[in-house]
Amino acid sequence: MMIKDLYQETISAVTANKARSGLTILGIVIGIASVIALIAVGQGTQDSIKSSIQSIGSNLIMIMPGAQRSGGVSSGMGSAQSLTLDDVTAIGKEISGIKAVAPEISKRYQVVYGSSNTNTSVVGTDVSYQQIRSLEIEAGVFLSAEDINASRKVAVIGPTVRDDLFGEDADPIGKTIKVNNINFKVVGMTKSKGGTGTSTQDDQITVPYTVAQKYFTNNKYVSTISVSAESEDDLSLVQEQITALLLDRHGKTEDEADFRIMNQADIVSAASSIAGTLTMLLAAIAGISLIVGGIGIMNMMLTNVTERTREIGLRKAIGAKKNDISNQFLAESITLTFLGGLIGIALGWAIAWGISQFASLSTNVSWSSIFLAFGVSAAIGIIFGYYPARRAAKLNPIDALRYE
Amino acid sequence: MHKKNQSADEVISCRNINKIYQTGDVVTQVLFDVSFSIKKGEFVAITGPSGSGKSTIMHIIGALDSPSSGSYSLDGQDVSQLSDDELADIRKNKIGFVFQSFNLLKRTSVLRNVILPLVYAEVPAGERHQLAAKALRAAGLDEDRWQHLSNQLSGGQMQRVAIARALVNNPAIILADEPTGNLDTKTGEIVLETFRRLNKEEGHTIVLITHEADVAAHADRIIYIKDGRLADNL
Ligand SMILES: Nc1ncnc2c1ncn2[C@@H]1O[C@H](COP(=O)(O)OP(=O)(O)OP(=O)(O)O)[C@@H](O)[C@H]1O
Ligand SMILES: [Mg+2]
Repeated sequence: MMIKDLYQETISAVTANKARSGLTILGIVIGIASVIALIAVGQGTQDSIKSSIQSIGSNLIMIMPGAQRSGGVSSGMGSAQSLTLDDVTAIGKEISGIKAVAPEISKRYQVVYGSSNTNTSVVGTDVSYQQIRSLEIEAGVFLSAEDINASRKVAVIGPTVRDDLFGEDADPIGKTIKVNNINFKVVGMTKSKGGTGTSTQDDQITVPYTVAQKYFTNNKYVSTISVSAESEDDLSLVQEQITALLLDRHGKTEDEADFRIMNQADIVSAASSIAGTLTMLLAAIAGISLIVGGIGIMNMMLTNVTERTREIGLRKAIGAKKNDISNQFLAESITLTFLGGLIGIALGWAIAWGISQFASLSTNVSWSSIFLAFGVSAAIGIIFGYYPARRAAKLNPIDALRYE
Repeated sequence: MHKKNQSADEVISCRNINKIYQTGDVVTQVLFDVSFSIKKGEFVAITGPSGSGKSTIMHIIGALDSPSSGSYSLDGQDVSQLSDDELADIRKNKIGFVFQSFNLLKRTSVLRNVILPLVYAEVPAGERHQLAAKALRAAGLDEDRWQHLSNQLSGGQMQRVAIARALVNNPAIILADEPTGNLDTKTGEIVLETFRRLNKEEGHTIVLITHEADVAAHADRIIYIKDGRLADNL
């Protein structure tokens, strides 16, 4: 049998029973599309978690009050008061290999401008905060040393705060906002960093730490100390030095530590391993639907062979060899799975795009998921097509012709 | 010398053929020690009552089935020991079947049905249509039916398509199992005339299987079979 004839026989067999071919293709399409779409969601989530963690600063080390490992009940993160402004100064002075250090005194407040108000986090910090957290200025200026020293009531706001208080595209510079009933003058606005969730720096107001200390907390404690290391390679070394210094200053042993310290690399890897698990879970769910699609193909091919037993007998009677028969049925199932695979990839892509457009979840269709899905569908076509094809080819022509 | 000549003339030669079917514990012998031969260019009828084993013989001489014992040679070649694919080659190149129940492909056009043997014989695509048209004309099917699907035809028309399909590859031997069984007497006569013409004008060897004596009478020679054994008459 010539290739062109095989092709023609396949086309006519596939089109002869359109409903059944369609349903078989549909099974594969759903399987492949869900694999691609779900992996795209998982991958997209993983990427956006990674990039939003990376966007909070460069080579960042964060120190927060609270027990590292407490014997019994662990206190919630940041609830304890153990880090002071003196600790910040000491770190800046005594630790080598750091670019900058900044205190953070953060609280959530209702912030009011005219008749609009929003609940947002207010962070009291130092000039170096801008460098540590890689903040870029969209309009106006960041806090200056004079602002800090003179305890000026000035504020740098994030773009989300601007949108909430002043409206999109409004110019907030020079306006006066009320935080905790105290008037602050807006001097600058940061550039949007994107990212999602509640921890975004776009929804934040930054003020001098001296002001925050004076009007909000009225004590020497800070909520977080942020440190930026000179290089990524120094991260763990710097982290160890800071730990030693703080333990020494607080007069604690390692087991009694009253602060927690973590670096950005650890956070990134922890978060991406969680997101990776999520991707795997989604892929497993999608894989199940792919298997169901595969069983559909096998079922269809088996019925197909059984239903066409007489036809197989006739073909053999007029001279078809074993391979002619098995190639024909194999070609049919491969055609169906390939069609299903192609449509499934297109549909999966479209779904992933739709999710990113309408569900504000970022998605990332990866080549590996396309190859995986296509490979699986090809394998299904070949494996589940081969067995019925082989069985059909082995039939004795007379038995096949007599088959009812 | 004389003997050699004779065997060269014989396209079909059955020697002591037995056919036994075994279904579970039940053993059914269908053919008993059947021996006969058919010469090139002969028009032979095999006739006998229903269930006597006519179709079974046709399947064996058509290389569709093999005998349980005995030898069968086709064109001087012993066929009983060949593999599946070798048998397929013989069917493809030497034999044209007209089955008792037509066995046309459903939902497939008349033309495609007739072309099918050419596909497996790997006849170049450009020559197929012409050969199929020739066979359909020889079988006497009106040209306006050629594009119809096979299941849109009458019994007589299907019979003609089945005959055309048997002819298309110009096989040396045509085996026709009850080709007039589904036809009225007049149409049956026309079909038999077709076989007669193919035999006379084209030199095909024709084996016609029938249980009707008047149909068998069209042949040059009649082989009688009764309960799986050859008989002198019925
Ligand atoms: N696969 C089989 N298993 C058992 N017995 C079989 C099988 N095939 C055929 N037979 C038996 O062989 C006998 C001969 O069958 P065959 O089809 O050759 O008869 P026939 O002469 O062609 O009859 P008809 O004129 O009705 O077509 C029948 O008795 C049938 O029951
Ligand atoms: Mg019969």
